[in-house]
Amino acid sequence: MSNGLVIKDLRVSIGDKEILKGINLTVEPGVVHAIMGPNGSGKSTLAHVISGRPGYEVTGGSITFDGHDVLEMEPEERAAVGLFLAFQYPVEIPGVTNVNFLKTAVNSLRKARGEKELDPMAFLKLLREKAKALELPEDMLKRQLNVGFSGGEKKRNEMLQMAVLAPKLAILDETDSGLDIDAIRIVAEGVNAQRSPDRAFLVITHYQRLLDYIVPDVVHVLAYGKIVETGGADLARRLEKTGYAEYTPAA
Amino acid sequence: MPSTIETVETVQELTGAYKYGFVTDIEMDMAPKGLSEDTIRYISAQKNEPEWLLEWRLKALSLWQKMEEPKWAKVDYPKIDYQDLYYYAAPKKKGDGPKSLDEVDPELLNTYEKLGIPLKEQEILAGVVAVDAVFDSVSVATTYKAKLEEKGIIFCSFSEAVHRAPELVKKYLGSVVPQSDNYFACLNSAVFSDGSFVYVPKGVRCPMELSTYFRINAQNTGQFERTLIIVEEGSYVSYLEGCTAPQRDENQLHAAVVELIALDDAEIKYSTVQNWYPGDAEGKGGIYNFVTKRGACRGKRSKISWTQVETGSAVTWKYPSCILQGDDSVGEFYSVAITNNAQQADTGTKMIHIGKNTRSTIVSKGIAAGRSDNTYRGLVRVLAGAEGARNYSQCDSLLIGDKCGAHTVPYIESRTPFSTLEHEATTARISDDQLFLCRQRGLSSEEAVALIVNGFCKEVLQNLPMEFAVEAQKLVGISLEGSVG
Repeated sequence: MSNGLVIKDLRVSIGDKEILKGINLTVEPGVVHAIMGPNGSGKSTLAHVISGRPGYEVTGGSITFDGHDVLEMEPEERAAVGLFLAFQYPVEIPGVTNVNFLKTAVNSLRKARGEKELDPMAFLKLLREKAKALELPEDMLKRQLNVGFSGGEKKRNEMLQMAVLAPKLAILDETDSGLDIDAIRIVAEGVNAQRSPDRAFLVITHYQRLLDYIVPDVVHVLAYGKIVETGGADLARRLEKTGYAEYTPAA
Repeated sequence: MPSTIETVETVQELTGAYKYGFVTDIEMDMAPKGLSEDTIRYISAQKNEPEWLLEWRLKALSLWQKMEEPKWAKVDYPKIDYQDLYYYAAPKKKGDGPKSLDEVDPELLNTYEKLGIPLKEQEILAGVVAVDAVFDSVSVATTYKAKLEEKGIIFCSFSEAVHRAPELVKKYLGSVVPQSDNYFACLNSAVFSDGSFVYVPKGVRCPMELSTYFRINAQNTGQFERTLIIVEEGSYVSYLEGCTAPQRDENQLHAAVVELIALDDAEIKYSTVQNWYPGDAEGKGGIYNFVTKRGACRGKRSKISWTQVETGSAVTWKYPSCILQGDDSVGEFYSVAITNNAQQADTGTKMIHIGKNTRSTIVSKGIAAGRSDNTYRGLVRVLAGAEGARNYSQCDSLLIGDKCGAHTVPYIESRTPFSTLEHEATTARISDDQLFLCRQRGLSSEEAVALIVNGFCKEVLQNLPMEFAVEAQKLVGISLEGSVG
């Protein structure tokens, strides 16, 4: 079943505080959705809950992906069915090279899907090809994961991971935060190159400018835990002018 | 109660009808229980040792009887009754252990499987078959020995060396670790069972890692191992000790002594992977490992490098050290010590700078999980004459969970103003964010921990010889299984 991501009446709390207050969202295969909203509206929470980060309590609703009951799955099982999260703040793993990390990830996913593991040569070929497409220098592959990477390098490295792991749905959690305009363009080119009929995107951003480069099919506004408006790419442009002031806290 | 005795007594109880015969059998193979002059005479006689060695053992016994068990290490274990132990058992006969792999603890087999150890080797490790039943050990040994003898290298058991190279043994035994050095070394000097002996003559580079041979031939060296390695001028040897697979072992108390001697321009690389039974989750039944390892860089520009991966044993007490006597000599210590569940490790090194321009490097990685305690204890001492001495120490600790402990106890003493000493230490945890990143990319939490910890230990693991390094990496993951919820 490939009906994409279906979120129904999702309610999420951290401690006593309800962050998401009934989210309904469907991301069909091959479609690019953007979620915009003011700070503290629950955008990152949504990304984390879909990908299974611990620390959140789901108090109601459901998430399915291609028919899988996502909320019942471990984070690595979600990865195996094709969910990918590009992190807002990618963490460092000292001593582990980029190559080794990605090889382990690729083969863990293949194993989980019942596929044969890639031999080192086949993997390196794949990695080099993807790195080249993203104009990543070869030495970056040998460096320790995110250690000493600039903000831009970290995000480009996230794009590399996405390219190599080839997910069905990629969630970009404020990938543009902390990036200058050149870095944003490089990231966006990476995403655009990977758009395809069987790959959907959920682009979470505070600012419109990323959406100048990654033009979404659908734009949602998430404010105070609810999706308050849905529209096309023009909605994002309107928000650039008006800001989020019109969305007041729900009673 | 040490498991040897337990086993013996259990069998005695169970085999009532044959009790007499069984006991007779035991008396033939084992020294009498307890530690006395008689025990030592018995051991020495069994090995057909020369008089001087018997005297040497007896002297150690009389010294030991006046010594006190050390209490300074951060380890806690029940009092050992030294009179309630057997100090010598002849090598196991076929039929002593389990009859087939079906009788072996499935957990153990599971571990072998994960380490990718061939079935034949599994059978040896689990004690199902004797070495000679699987390998044509005579021919294997002959092939290796012929190759080594061509170069004039002596590599044999300690007992054999006593007869083959008595002058070398007499000259060097106890010259690095004197009998009275410490309680456990002294005990070893009195009752040592067997071990390895290596002699590399002048100007020879040993053509192979002394490992494969060791792994299949060094069974039953016993609980009081004694190793002596002598490398002459301008020579080199790399020696691998131990095994990545958990070995079946019925001796609870282990007190080994290793002595290394490097003469002018000689280099010794000594690598250890120690994975003895750590006991159950409560630490019951695990091995107590009290080891004294020391290398003497006697010659100018000589070098001794210790690399150790310590993952097993309930209690580890171990400080592989270097005495940097020769001018411009170099000492290195690379260590990974992993403790999980109720394991306790107090390990580190001593670098004693005596010669001029001597250099030493210490890289210690301690990983603590479960309720374990992991202590680095190290000494860097620069004597008055050691002008231009340098030391660099780096001690990193990684904590997994919130019930374990990591401790760093560095001692630094310098008696010369013309020396440079650096010490760095860090403590870190595996963060939830790191784990989540790995799992989001498809790794299970166990794979994630293994990857992160291997990254943490990288500087040490890459010092292991290739064949060992790959297994050691897997071992790091396996020994931490179940450490994250």
